[in-house]
Amino acid sequence: MIRLQREAFDAGAEIAALIEGRTDIGAVVSFTGYVRCESGGRAITSMTLEHYPGMTEKKLAAIEAEARERWPLDASLIVHRHGRLAPGEPIVLVVCASSHRDAAFDAARFLIDWLKTKAPFWKLEEGGDGANWVEARRDDDEAAKRWRKD
Amino acid sequence: MKILYFAWLRAKAGLSEETVSLPPGVEDIAGLIEWMRGRGANFAEAFEDPALVRAAVNQDFARPDHPVTDDDEVAFFPPITGGGEGGAGP
Repeated sequence: MIRLQREAFDAGAEIAALIEGRTDIGAVVSFTGYVRCESGGRAITSMTLEHYPGMTEKKLAAIEAEARERWPLDASLIVHRHGRLAPGEPIVLVVCASSHRDAAFDAARFLIDWLKTKAPFWKLEEGGDGANWVEARRDDDEAAKRWRKD
Repeated sequence: MKILYFAWLRAKAGLSEETVSLPPGVEDIAGLIEWMRGRGANFAEAFEDPALVRAAVNQDFARPDHPVTDDDEVAFFPPITGGGEGGAGP
């Protein structure tokens, strides 16, 4: 399941809803990304996430489908926010549930690494010295490359 | 064709969306970027360094040699920076 929204989310409530009534799930792994108050030594007062409506939903669904093809997941969820966020606010949640922990850990790591380089989001950071578009990080590319099959 | 701009490309070009007729002689993304560079100061600035520009055709990422037609939805944007913990730099 994927969801794109402006509103904040409660990771605990999302996980509980995802596995409610299920007795076949033995492991749940989740990752939540938050807005930091500092970026490369610069104080940040807000972060605005812009995205490509239509393509974003399509790419998030494709990334989730890829994870479910690679690992035996019983349930999965991606929640991604857009709009203007303050430091300390959650940005993204990925949850993977499986009968065993290995698949849940690996699939969760895969989802966050892949969506950082394959979902069309852009970050604008605002601080005391103005606004600045975040540049793509080389180590995000490296993290995503680990999951390439070719 | 419909053309969309995102992030700093949108800010520099000064618009987020427009409809244009496929310019004569333009066959692919690289050709469209070259044409953009000759459209005026704001577009010249947005497309100044083609190496920083990424594209999508009909909502799939597209390389410079990807063909374009009048029926396509084309988007131009910088490299994506989604997901994860916020913050830039090493």
